[in-house]
Amino acid sequence: MVSKKYYFKGYRSILAYDSPAIALTCCFIAIGALFKNLGFNIQESIFSTVLTYALPGSLVMAESMLIGASLLNIFLAVWFVNARLYPMAVSLFPLMMHKSQPKWKYYFSCHFIAVSAWLIMKSNYKKIPKQHRIDYWIGIGSATVSVSVIGTFIGFSFSEYLNKDMMMGLAILNPVYFLCMMVGAAKTTQITLSVALGLILGPIIYLLSPEWSILLAGIIGGTVAYLLGEYNVS
Amino acid sequence: MSVNIVYAILVTSLATFLSRFLGAITSQGIKEKSKLFKWFNCLAYATLAALIARTIIFPAGILMDASYSSRLVVVLLSIFVFFIFKKNFVYPTIFSAICMTVITNYV
Repeated sequence: MVSKKYYFKGYRSILAYDSPAIALTCCFIAIGALFKNLGFNIQESIFSTVLTYALPGSLVMAESMLIGASLLNIFLAVWFVNARLYPMAVSLFPLMMHKSQPKWKYYFSCHFIAVSAWLIMKSNYKKIPKQHRIDYWIGIGSATVSVSVIGTFIGFSFSEYLNKDMMMGLAILNPVYFLCMMVGAAKTTQITLSVALGLILGPIIYLLSPEWSILLAGIIGGTVAYLLGEYNVS
Repeated sequence: MSVNIVYAILVTSLATFLSRFLGAITSQGIKEKSKLFKWFNCLAYATLAALIARTIIFPAGILMDASYSSRLVVVLLSIFVFFIFKKNFVYPTIFSAICMTVITNYV
């Protein structure tokens, strides 16, 4: 079963001074308000936040619904946008794998892969014994999902009071917070180069191929950063 | 609940879970110290950075209504605040929201 000690240690990480709680809540307030404007009810809004738990994917779903896209189109559009979750999962799970832990924990907890939880885990995993990292991760994931649900509820309930300027303020929080976290995480040559190249290549490739820009920028930028980092070490 | 919205949510969840689940499955044979792991780590950071840059420069949703220059000014000032406050994440985050609201209203 899940170790309560490490689960709650992970859960409490959302209360840390540098946690993403504020940014995450504000973003999901904006999403909750957007869902209400789209005609979702409160159950559907919370259902969507819990089941999807990925901001760009939720935004793409909302935009696709606005233009009357088919379910297949929504699936493909969301899959493209959220394909970034694949390398994020591959670069996180090996840090938590332990033979004493059952496989279901890994399959269940992959749902928590999202930028906020991923960055918290990446910053803290060294402080946790490897055997218990998966329980700590489930705690982090549960906390970030809880915060997202609260944000969605607030946004849905108070959408009439949120004017356009306030929504803009809420919307800029997320990229600024994650940009600061990425800059803060850039402590090695490879990570620094990966972040820098991703920031530069993302918008450039967007001009050529909007659908593929994030994936291509990630693959090209990440590979160049990896090779340069390895060359630097050798 | 209306059927269309529920189907859209289910399809979105499935599309999102697929990448996560495939990542969890394929990561099983990868060692923490391996070169493959390091490469995927670089891919993940570069992909996230690309997503953030795209969100700021080519945003979707409400941010589209803010001008390009206002978004860029807010982000640069927030990064400045981040370094001024010894890499604290909370101050630049709150600052960015206030700054964006002020700039769109008064500048």
